[in-house]
Amino acid sequence: MINVSGLTRYFDSFCAVDQLSFDIKEGDIVGFLGPNGAGKSTTMKMLTGFLAPSSGSVLIDNIDMLSDPVAAKKLIGYLPEGAPGYDEMMVVDFLRFIGQIRGFSGDALTQRVAEVIAEVQLQDVLYKRIDMLSKGFKRRVGIAQAIFHNPKILILDEPTDGLDPNQKHQVRQLIQGMSKDRIIIVSTHILEEVTAVCNRAMIIARGKKLFDGTPKELLEKSKQHNAIALTLDQAVDTSAFDALPEISEVMRTSDNEWLLIGDGPKALHKVVDELKKQSVQPLHLAIEQGQLDDVFRMMTEGK
Amino acid sequence: MSAKSVLLQLYKREFLSYFSTPLAIVFIIIFLVLNGLFTFQLGNFYQRGQAELDVFFSFHPWLYLFLMPALAMGLWAEERKSGTIELLLTLPVTIWQVVLAKFLAAWSIAAIALALTFPIWMTVNYLGTPDNGIILAGYIGSFLLAGAYLAVGACISATTQNQVIAFIISVVVCFIFLIIGFQPLLELFSDTVVSVLLKLIVSILVASVVLLMTKKSVLFYFISVLVLFVGLMLFPGILGGENITQGFVDAIASLSFLTHFDAITKGVLDLRDAIYFILSIAFWLLTSVIVIDIKKAD
Ligand SMILES: Nc1ncnc2c1ncn2[C@@H]1O[C@H](COP(=O)(O)OP(=O)(O)O)[C@@H](O)[C@H]1O
Ligand SMILES: [Mg+2]
Repeated sequence: MINVSGLTRYFDSFCAVDQLSFDIKEGDIVGFLGPNGAGKSTTMKMLTGFLAPSSGSVLIDNIDMLSDPVAAKKLIGYLPEGAPGYDEMMVVDFLRFIGQIRGFSGDALTQRVAEVIAEVQLQDVLYKRIDMLSKGFKRRVGIAQAIFHNPKILILDEPTDGLDPNQKHQVRQLIQGMSKDRIIIVSTHILEEVTAVCNRAMIIARGKKLFDGTPKELLEKSKQHNAIALTLDQAVDTSAFDALPEISEVMRTSDNEWLLIGDGPKALHKVVDELKKQSVQPLHLAIEQGQLDDVFRMMTEGK
Repeated sequence: MSAKSVLLQLYKREFLSYFSTPLAIVFIIIFLVLNGLFTFQLGNFYQRGQAELDVFFSFHPWLYLFLMPALAMGLWAEERKSGTIELLLTLPVTIWQVVLAKFLAAWSIAAIALALTFPIWMTVNYLGTPDNGIILAGYIGSFLLAGAYLAVGACISATTQNQVIAFIISVVVCFIFLIIGFQPLLELFSDTVVSVLLKLIVSILVASVVLLMTKKSVLFYFISVLVLFVGLMLFPGILGGENITQGFVDAIASLSFLTHFDAITKGVLDLRDAIYFILSIAFWLLTSVIVIDIKKAD
């Protein structure tokens, strides 16, 4: 559905997006991850046809965004960063305007407005001006206009940024509810969001793609993936753990907590044996999933 | 959906948005008050005892200088400031449709304001028997002039996020297009000044073309302007003749809004004057499309 190749964008001599290539197929819910200034928004602006690439191409369902932008844009719903909307318009008028531009009219328009309002739960603010809305409602209006024409491709730039935890949860649920046989691309710098809603994660930093795979594969890159977490309330001689071939490093993470980095599942029974030998009763013993922010930092800081 | 209906929907939104703030109403009221004031007070409308509206129309180029930029200043600056430009231009629309819709919306407000001056027209018809053909030509000229100013204003509005800056620059640009046709000013320039100016402009133009084609440095550009200019000064035969300088003055004056507006309001609705305004509008709208395409991301 989406084919991007060699996508590059310069602002003067500064390269904001550098030779990005990827394909996205139906059913993919892609999390665009990256620190601020990584080039996520710039990439999205090129995918949606707002910005022209300095070089490279974007194909939307085999339509070239550069040569037939109007046809390509029909397939996409887009929530720009910050969810801009016409301040002086009432919510219902704004949605009707979007619907009309998207080719709806008459009863079909009225009916679709009602559906979208129900889907995004805007009943309470229909007749309010957009500049009077709270951040959460404003974001929902932005999502409503993006999904209005039931697009095959939904591109959301930081849909949960600046929302409180409840609002974040609502927006995520909304995204999950919409994900059947569509493409959804969400940018975020919040890592938990990727594991919560995406089935594919793409890490971008300094305009380059650093990782592309499932959230699980991303976790596996973590140094702490499969590490053994150990909590004790008595002294222990950790040198025995160090000696195990499966354990590469023993980290003391706090006074009574340790992390045994390495192939935890294999080493687990040996660790248990060793603890028994020293007659130590662990308070807590578990295999770690890995830490996303750990991987994130490792990748984006180039360490 | 057809391109025409997209244009219509965009136009409708722009037009209505003028009425969601007091802008349109305030504009129309100020327009009417100033028109009445200028025509009846400053123009000695009653004392002149003539049943015609040429005083009324002769104020318009100066009145519009401030009113039209005010109407156009927000068209693009506001979209850019609030970020809605990104929403708008990722809908299945072309930049041309949006540029045209915005311009037509602003022009409609100006048309409404102009139409509401009908009591002045009724007054002259009550006081005497004016030539209503000339008055109609005056209204058409005034409408075209407003369009030209608005096209300038819309284009300048596309270059900035700041409405106030858009307003000021628009006033200045419109003023330049007005003043170059102002007879007293044209006579002020002696032949020498005109000829020096002409040589400078030709030097800059030639050097710019050379720079664009060779992509040499800015220093190279300044040196070539200097060399060309000194060269032209040393050989007064080139571009120095009286015909050429007069032709230059005429060419500049013929670019002025004022020249064409005066021609129309005298009652001779020459097609060429009307075409001049249409072309001016087209030129500024085309420039808007280019400006937006280049600057929309900033
Ligand atoms: N219009 C612009 N002009 C100049 N630089 C820009 C522009 N837009 C973005 N940038 C720069 O490009 C880089 C990437 O920005 P962006 O794509 O917004 O990052 P992200 O969305 O990942 O935070 C940043 O360093 C930013 O300053
Ligand atoms: Mg961003």
